[in-house]
Amino acid sequence: MAPLDMVPDPMFWRVNDLTVSYGKALALSSVSIDIRKTGVTAIIGPSGCGKSSFLCCLNRLSEMIPGCCVSGRIEIQSENILATRFDSTSLRRRVGLIFQKPNPFPMSIRRNLELPLREHGMRDSREVDSTITRCLTEVGLWSEVRDRLDAPALSLSGGQQQRLCIARALVLRPDALLMDEPCSALDPVSTAVVESLIQSLSENYTIVMVTHNLRQARRLGSDVAFFWMRDGAGMLIESGSSDQIFNSPKHELTQRYVHGQVA
Amino acid sequence: MIVAGAFLWLIGDVVLRGVGGVDWSFVVDAPRNAGRAGGIAPIIVSTFLVILVCVVVAVPLSLFAALFLAEFSRASVPVSRVVRLSLNCLAAVPSIVFGIFGNALFCVALGMGYSILSGGLTLACMVLPILIRTMENAIRAVPEDYRLGAAALGLSKPQIIIRVILPLSVPGLLVGLLLGVGRALAETAALVFTSGYVDRMPTSLLDSGRTLSIHILDLSMNVAGGDKNAYASVLVLGLLILVINSGIAGLLFYSKRRSGLIA
Repeated sequence: MAPLDMVPDPMFWRVNDLTVSYGKALALSSVSIDIRKTGVTAIIGPSGCGKSSFLCCLNRLSEMIPGCCVSGRIEIQSENILATRFDSTSLRRRVGLIFQKPNPFPMSIRRNLELPLREHGMRDSREVDSTITRCLTEVGLWSEVRDRLDAPALSLSGGQQQRLCIARALVLRPDALLMDEPCSALDPVSTAVVESLIQSLSENYTIVMVTHNLRQARRLGSDVAFFWMRDGAGMLIESGSSDQIFNSPKHELTQRYVHGQVA
Repeated sequence: MIVAGAFLWLIGDVVLRGVGGVDWSFVVDAPRNAGRAGGIAPIIVSTFLVILVCVVVAVPLSLFAALFLAEFSRASVPVSRVVRLSLNCLAAVPSIVFGIFGNALFCVALGMGYSILSGGLTLACMVLPILIRTMENAIRAVPEDYRLGAAALGLSKPQIIIRVILPLSVPGLLVGLLLGVGRALAETAALVFTSGYVDRMPTSLLDSGRTLSIHILDLSMNVAGGDKNAYASVLVLGLLILVINSGIAGLLFYSKRRSGLIA
């Protein structure tokens, strides 16, 4: 008889009673949610309801923000990543983060991708080059930039910059990617490109994506979590499969929000 | 108009009266007859050495202080408030006071005598506030996006500083260096008491050496008939400042171009 723990946990994160505050202001109160390994989990909700704060806790980037205080438990493979002895840099290697505004470093395209690799100990130049080629191909940028890898990353268009940032996260071979409204700073054409990229990435990576765009959540999300703000603090109203949230939500607030009826 | 006029008059006066005195032998010959005749070769060498000592000592010290202020301490922490207050006080101290202080500390207490070393160290103390201030601002001017982006790639704080923040703040650091060197080159009062008047070619850092600004002071105030060579020396000093400024401006342009901040 196989022991129980041989069955792989279908969940990547298990979040329990997560509370985030900035100074005295409560940003997120008591969120508990499990996030599946497969597919895209879309987080929806109005501005200020703590979606981004929640996302930053999943790779502990929250500790970089002055005054940010986090309590509760977030487990990855039964280990609490919020524990102080947990190594946050190795966590961030495994969990990449894509920002709302593309933020490639003002260096060459090659240097942007080479920097994290070299800093994490990859010495062999051929290995670095092949990783760069692989990741740029994965985000569909290789054919566009192969002739100008030494050009400044800031000379790329917004959509290309965002894909470069995704490639930069991918070079570290993460297990999961967090995306904070990855398309909100992009034009519709670039948005379509990045969306289809997210779709294809979701086959290999766990993806959690914050979005303001309900149609995007419906298109991409296999699971959806709906956040709302009450008394100035964000909270999770309900979460479930995309189908359930959009078609038969349990909560009246969710029903009204997904139909655009919230004033 | 008035400012521009005054400036042009000043420059014109110096150029017209100085240009006749400056030729190749003026630059490569030793002064004769207390500077009335001959050239300024040892003086140029002394000037360079004093500036070199000043830069070698002041730049690393300022860089660490600036990093501490910008990256490792919050503005409200008592230590950084004390450091800031001291810097403001130091910046307001007249240079003659630095000269007397340098004389007491380096020349007498530490037994270095009137020497290029004493002069350079005194200048280093004097330019510290201006260097630290500009460098701190340069480091703070690196957008938070890049810090968070680097942290999200699993880089540790030292890695973020060395690989991302310092390279990105190079233009600002260069501007700080420019201001510091400019101030040091123009300094007279602090050096009269520390590096001394000797106009021979220095053979070591412990020799006394006369800098350009002191040479000018001496020729115009103490040496009857030294006016012609004083003007010529002013012209050389002016050209030197111009060369250093354009050199650093060139570096600035190059580093910005490489990062893609300007096309």
